[in-house]
Amino acid sequence: MIDFLQINPGIWLILSGLICTIIPHTPFTQLYRKCLVVCAPIFTAFMITQIFTSDIAIGGLISIAGIELTTLRIDNLSMVWGYLFCLIGILNGIYGLHEKCKITDSAALIYSGAAVAGVLSGDLLTLFLFWELTAISSVFLVWRGGEHAYAAGVRYLALHVLSGVILLIGAVIHAKFNGGSYAFNHIGLQNLGGWLILLAIGIKCGFPFLHMWMQDAYPKASITGTVILSAFTTKMAIYTLARGYVGTDILIYIGAVMTCFPVFFALVENDLRRVLSFSLNNQLGFMVCGIGIGTELAINGVVGQVFVHVIFKSLLFMSIGAVIYRVGTAKASELGGLFRSMPITALFCLIGAGSIAAFPLLAAFVTKAMIISSVIYEAHHNSVLYLIAAMLLFASAGVMEHSGIKVPYFTFFSHDSGRRVKEAPWNMLVAMGLAASLCIFLAFPWGGYQMLYNLLPYEANYKPYTVDHVVFQLQLLFAAITAFCLLKKSGLYPAEKRSEILDFDWFYRKCGFDLLKSINLGWNTLDAKISNITRSAYGSVNKCLYGVFSPIGSFSKAAPSGLASVMTAAMLILVLIIVYFVR
Amino acid sequence: MNLMSIFSQWIIEQGPAFLIVLPLLMGAVTAVIPNKGMAWWITFFVTIICTYTAFSLFQHVYFDSFLLYTMGGWNPPHGISLIVDGLSAPILLLISVMAVLTVIYALPASISEIEPKKRAPFYAAFLICFAGLMGMVITGDAFNVFVFLEVSSISTYALVAMGAARDRRSLAAAYNYLIMGSIGATFFVIGLGFLFMETGTLNMAEMSDILSELDGGSRVSKVGYGFIIVGLGLKIAMFPLHTWLPRAYAYAPTKITIFLASTATKAAIYLLLRFTFTVFDPSFDYIAIMLKYLIMGVAIVGMAFASFQAIFQSDVRRVLAYSSVAQVGYILLGIGIATSSGLAAGYLHLLNHAVIKGCLFISVGAFWYRFGITRVNDFSGLFKTMPLTMGAFTLGGLSLIGVPFTAGFVSKVKLILAAAEQDMWWAVLVIVFSSVLAIVYIGRIILFAYFGTPPKINGSILVKNEAPLMMLFPMWTLGLMSIAIGVNAFGIGDSFVSASEIAASVLLGERG
Repeated sequence: MIDFLQINPGIWLILSGLICTIIPHTPFTQLYRKCLVVCAPIFTAFMITQIFTSDIAIGGLISIAGIELTTLRIDNLSMVWGYLFCLIGILNGIYGLHEKCKITDSAALIYSGAAVAGVLSGDLLTLFLFWELTAISSVFLVWRGGEHAYAAGVRYLALHVLSGVILLIGAVIHAKFNGGSYAFNHIGLQNLGGWLILLAIGIKCGFPFLHMWMQDAYPKASITGTVILSAFTTKMAIYTLARGYVGTDILIYIGAVMTCFPVFFALVENDLRRVLSFSLNNQLGFMVCGIGIGTELAINGVVGQVFVHVIFKSLLFMSIGAVIYRVGTAKASELGGLFRSMPITALFCLIGAGSIAAFPLLAAFVTKAMIISSVIYEAHHNSVLYLIAAMLLFASAGVMEHSGIKVPYFTFFSHDSGRRVKEAPWNMLVAMGLAASLCIFLAFPWGGYQMLYNLLPYEANYKPYTVDHVVFQLQLLFAAITAFCLLKKSGLYPAEKRSEILDFDWFYRKCGFDLLKSINLGWNTLDAKISNITRSAYGSVNKCLYGVFSPIGSFSKAAPSGLASVMTAAMLILVLIIVYFVR
Repeated sequence: MNLMSIFSQWIIEQGPAFLIVLPLLMGAVTAVIPNKGMAWWITFFVTIICTYTAFSLFQHVYFDSFLLYTMGGWNPPHGISLIVDGLSAPILLLISVMAVLTVIYALPASISEIEPKKRAPFYAAFLICFAGLMGMVITGDAFNVFVFLEVSSISTYALVAMGAARDRRSLAAAYNYLIMGSIGATFFVIGLGFLFMETGTLNMAEMSDILSELDGGSRVSKVGYGFIIVGLGLKIAMFPLHTWLPRAYAYAPTKITIFLASTATKAAIYLLLRFTFTVFDPSFDYIAIMLKYLIMGVAIVGMAFASFQAIFQSDVRRVLAYSSVAQVGYILLGIGIATSSGLAAGYLHLLNHAVIKGCLFISVGAFWYRFGITRVNDFSGLFKTMPLTMGAFTLGGLSLIGVPFTAGFVSKVKLILAAAEQDMWWAVLVIVFSSVLAIVYIGRIILFAYFGTPPKINGSILVKNEAPLMMLFPMWTLGLMSIAIGVNAFGIGDSFVSASEIAASVLLGERG
C-alpha cells in the first residue's frame, strides 16, 4: 500500500495536469476540467495540512544508485510557499474559468505542481527535476500568446533549461565538497558549486543582466498565461535563495541594484504588462536584499513580502488582463478613461496598486517595512548599508510611481480613449475580488496582519502600525504623487508613446546575433578547409587501404602454394619461439 | 518395453559408431550404384538418420553425461574409443543439420552445377566428407583424428575441384587447397608423433593423464603442440594461414561452399579446443602463453585485416569468405581469453556463425542459380526480383553485423562481456571496430540490392524470379533460426547458450 503522506503533494497537481491532457475536448468535459483546475490546488493544500503536523515533516526517501533523495520536506519555510502556491493556483483557476483552452489548463496545473513539488523537495536533484519541469511546462503558456510569442518562448525555454543545467552542475560539485550529500540546506559560496547554483537561481529570479527573459516573455504570453507565469517561477527561485543563501552579503548589493534599475525602464515603457514585469523585477530585488541581510527580521520580511506580493502582483496582472480581454490591448497610449465602463476592475486595480506601493492598511505596508528596517538596523554595523537603505527607499517611491500611479492612471483615468466596453467577466471579478480582499485582510490592523505574521518562520514581534511608520510612509507616497503631478503638469513626464525600449537584452540579441553570424562565417570557412583536408586525407587512406586489401591489392594476390608454405613454416618458427622462449 | 524405447536405447548405445559407419558405407554404395537418381535420396536419408542420431546423443549428453563407446569392445587405451560429450555433441548435431540442409539445397543446385554422370560420385564424396568430419569430432583417439581429417580433406579437394564445370579456376583453387591442406595434415601428424614419443599412447584421455603427470612434459611435447597448432591453424584458416580459403570458397560448387563454410573450419576449431584444453591443459605455462600471445594475437589481427579485405572485394562469395576468416578471429579471441565466459562466448559464436554463414551462402547460391551472378555490382535491385531470397540474405547479414535481436548480437555481446571481465578493453575495441567494418561490407551489398534498380533486358525490367522452394526452405530455416537465437524464441536461444556453457565447463574440466 502506498503511503499517500509520503508523496510530495506537488505530484497531485502534476497528475491532475496530466489527466487534463487526456480529457477529450468537448463543452461537457470542459466543465470537469475546470473543476479539476480549481479543486486540485485545494486538495494539494489539504494534503500539505495532513503531512505538516509537526515542526518538520520529511518523507519520500528514495535511494537511487547510492544517492539518498529526500523527495519531501515540509518545514516552517517551505510550508509558506506550499500554501501560497496552492492559494494562487485556486485564484488563477477561477480567473481562467472562461478560457476554453486545454493546453493552458494542463500546462498551468503541471507548472504549479512542479513549483509546489520543487519548494517541498529536500534535495538538490529532486529540485533540479522540478526546476526543469517548471521551465518546460510554463513555456506552453508563453506560446499560447500567439505567433509573436513564439521566439520569446524559445528564448525563455533556452534560458531556463540552461539554468537547470547549471543548477545540476553546481549540485554535483557542491555534493562533491560535502561528502556526496545532495541534501538541500544552506549552500553558501564556499565552493564553485555554490557559485554555479547561485547563477542558476539568478537566472530564474532575474538578477540584473540575467533578467531580460522576464520582460521579454511575460508580456507576450496569453492573458491567463501571464497571470499564472508571474506567480511561480521567480518565487520558487526566491525560496531556494532563502533556503541556501541566507546572509550572503553579495545578495544585498544585487538586490539593491535590482530594486532600482527597473524603475527607469518602467517609467518609459508603454506596454503595461511590461511595466508590471519591471515592477515584478523590482519587488524581487527587495526580497533578494532581505535574504542577503539574513537576520530573523529580514527573513520574516522576505517571507511575508513573498506571500503578499504574489497576491497583489497577480491582482494587478489580472486587472490588466481583464482590460486586454475586453479592449484587446495593454498599450498605455491606447487606453484611458476605462473607469466609466469597468468600474469594479478599476477599483480592484487601485487596491492592487495601493498594495504594491505599501499604502497603510494595504498588503505590502506590513511586510516591506520589515525588510527596510532590518537593513537600517544592520547599518549600525556596516555604514554602507545606509546607502542600500536609501536605494530601497528610492525604489519604494519608484514602485509608487510606476505601479501605484502609472498603471491605474493610464488605464482607467487619464484622457478618455473613448472606448466603451463591458465589465470584466464574472469569474475574473471573483478572482480579483478574492485577491483584493486578501490584500486588505492581510494588512488589517486588528487581527489581519497578525495572522500573516503567524505564518512566518520566526516569531514576529514587529509592529507595523506605529505613528512614525505610518506618517513616514504617507510622506513618501505623497512625495511620489506630488512628483508625478508636477512632472505631468510641466510635461516632463515621459509621454506614453508607441515605442519599444531597449533593455539589456539588446546586448544579447544584437551583439550575440552579430557574434553568432561571424562565428558562423568563420566556422563555414574552417569547415570547408577541414573538409578539404579530410577529403584528401581520406582519399589517400582509402587509396592505401585499397592498395593493400583490394582484389588487385598486395594482400589479395592469389598467393602461390609455395609462398603460403613458406608462411606456414614462418608461423611454425614463431610458434616454437613462443613456446620455448616467452616466459 | 516397446519397440520405440528399444530403438532409442539402441541409438544411444550404438549411435556413436553408427554416425561414422553409416555415411562411410553408404558413400561407397552411392559411388557404385547404377541408378543415378537414387544417389540424392540415399544421401538425403543418410543425413536425416545421422541428424536424428546426433540429436538423440545431444539430448542424452545435454541431460545426462558423456558417452564413451569402445570400438569392438576393446577398452581404451588399447582399443579405439569414441567420445560424445558436451563439447562434441553440439558440433555433431551442427554438422549433420547443415548436411541435411545442404543436401536439400543441392537437389536443384546440382542440375546447373554438376554434369549428370558426375552426380553420383559427387554425392559419394559428399557422404565421405561428412563421415570424415563426424569422425574427427567424435573420435577419442588422436591418430584416428588424423585419419578422419584426411578422409574429409581428400574428399573435399575432389568436391572443390568439381566446380570446374562452372569455373575453371576451381581447379587451381583445389590444387592450392590440396597442397596447403596436406601440409596442415602433415604438421598435425608430426605433432602427434612427438606426443606419442613423449607419452607412449594415442588415446586422448590417457595422453592427457600422462602429460599432467609429467607437468606438461618436456620440450618434445612443446614442439608437438607447436606442430599441432600450426597444422590445425591451416585447417581453421587462422589469419596468416588462411590464403587457401577465399579461392576455395569462391570457386567450389555453391553447395560445397555452404557445407565447408559452416562445418569444416568449425570441426577444426573443435579439434583445437579438444587438444588445447583436454589433451593439454591451459594451466601448463606454454599453453597459457600460446593462448595469450599467439591465439589472441592472430585473432585480433585477423579480425581487422580480413574485415578490411572483405570490404574491398568485388565478388560476394569472396566478401563472405574473408568475413569467415574475420569471424574465426572472434571465435579464437573467445578461446584465447580462456575463462569460462570467454570459451562459452567463442563456442556460441562458432555455432551462430555456422548458422549465419550457411544462410548467407545459400542465398548467394540461389542468386547464382537464378541469374548466374556473384559480383556485388550485379546485386542491383535484387530485392525486387528475388524478394524472399534477399530477405533471408538480409537476416543473415544483420546477424553477421550483430544487430540486436539476432544471433550475432547475442554471441558478440557475450564475447565483449568476457573480454571486459578480464579488463581487455582493447579487445572490446577491436570487436566493435570489426563489427563496424562488417556494417560496411554487408551494408554495401544490401544497399545495392534494396536501392539499386533491377537491370533491364531488351528494354524491359527483369521480372520477379524467385528461387525454388528447395532453396528457400534451408535458407529461411537458417535465417529464422538466427532470429530465434537472438530473441530466444521457443527457448532456442537459451539452449544454444546453455550448450555453449556446458561445452566451456567440459573444456575447463568442471564437468565429466
